[in-house]
Amino acid sequence: MKEAVHIGANPSSTPGLQELVGRVALGDEEAFAAVYDAVAGPVLGVVRAVLRDQAQSEEVAQEVLVEVWRTAPRYRPDRGTAMNWILTLSHRRAIDRVRSVEAAAAREHKAALLDRTPEYDEVTEQVEARLEREQVRRCLRTLTELQRQAVTLAYYRGLTYRQVAEALSLPLGTVKTRLRDGLIRLRDCLGVTA
Amino acid sequence: MTTTDLHRLTGAYALHALSAKETAAFERHLAGCEACAQEAAELSATAARLGLAVTVSPPDALREQVLRRIGSVRQQPPDGAGPARPGRVPLRGRLLSRWALAACLAAAAAFGGTAVWQHQRAEDAAREARRAEQATDELAAVLAAPDARTRAASFGDGSTGTVVVSRSRDKAVFVVAGMPHPAHGKVYQLWFDDDGAMRSAGLMDPGRTDQAVLLRGGIDGASGVGVTVEPAGGSEQPTSAPLALLPFPA
Ligand SMILES: [Zn+2]
Repeated sequence: MKEAVHIGANPSSTPGLQELVGRVALGDEEAFAAVYDAVAGPVLGVVRAVLRDQAQSEEVAQEVLVEVWRTAPRYRPDRGTAMNWILTLSHRRAIDRVRSVEAAAAREHKAALLDRTPEYDEVTEQVEARLEREQVRRCLRTLTELQRQAVTLAYYRGLTYRQVAEALSLPLGTVKTRLRDGLIRLRDCLGVTA
Repeated sequence: MTTTDLHRLTGAYALHALSAKETAAFERHLAGCEACAQEAAELSATAARLGLAVTVSPPDALREQVLRRIGSVRQQPPDGAGPARPGRVPLRGRLLSRWALAACLAAAAAFGGTAVWQHQRAEDAAREARRAEQATDELAAVLAAPDARTRAASFGDGSTGTVVVSRSRDKAVFVVAGMPHPAHGKVYQLWFDDDGAMRSAGLMDPGRTDQAVLLRGGIDGASGVGVTVEPAGGSEQPTSAPLALLPFPA
């Protein structure tokens, strides 16, 4: 299927967001409100995918968004788009929360891990978000079963590759390779140019 | 951990699937391994797309809380002591060298549908590591694909361009000969033409007048390839009129 998957363009390179973040870096609160409107949905989505719990997710998302304000002066556009920066930060903070909780709690049962596939929120009616979701779904289907499981367990469940290996009963080296070649295939399918 | 092992960690790193200790070790590796740095940046951007796909509608209360809080949060000074985001890898500046190996594929006679390609290895090929090798392999595979079709054009200034398309691989290669060097601080950028909308397909090596470049991303219905002059590092959208617009062969 070759329908117009690129028409909506890549939301992570939305022109305007870069510029807005540049204004935020100068302390512009109005620009920050516009940045908030552009990124809060994706930020909360990433955090909630990893943490599941709505209240905790909102709390972490709030921390991330405040961190965006605080560290905007150090954002370097030459190192990637603002959306990439913000979503990488969101995932990192969600993971930090998961791992700090996990350190204190017992490891979840393997079956419970495998049971949890990513939940795609169907509520949002934003066309761009829907296009993005469809495109990612389409591209995830081009991965092998092992690649897809490894990548989604790591990204959406926040597992380390060791935990992924344990969950899928695979050698560590195999998991490292699957995470890499799975993402490479996804990159090529999505046409990601960093 | 051996160096070979480290090169394979780009995916796990981009997914935050390494332990804190492994992350630190890999970031030291990234500082000296350009191939991994480039790949890690691309895979991080890919992971971000997985995030975009799970966008939700945030509650109104969150907006109020965040906007209220920033009123009392002091911003960091721009680039003070130490990197603000040690986990990030340099991107744009590294974009160019990835084509160094690909550029060693010299085109000979690409006209008339059959092409003879010569593969010369650069002396520094060993240093170019995996990423570039992959690009080269992929490039060679496109050129060798049974359904590869070519279209050549002369650009008037004596330079020629040839586009090679493999529909089965959904990939295209752009080959130029005699292309003048871009002005200092400029670079040639390639674009897929999606019905008039330009989608970046990567940069050319500004240091070479003859080169073969594997276009980044799939053809995915694009009707041709365009070339523009852009500031070093490339642009998200073309900032100048195309020097050349070459339709893909049917
Ligand atoms: Zn490396």
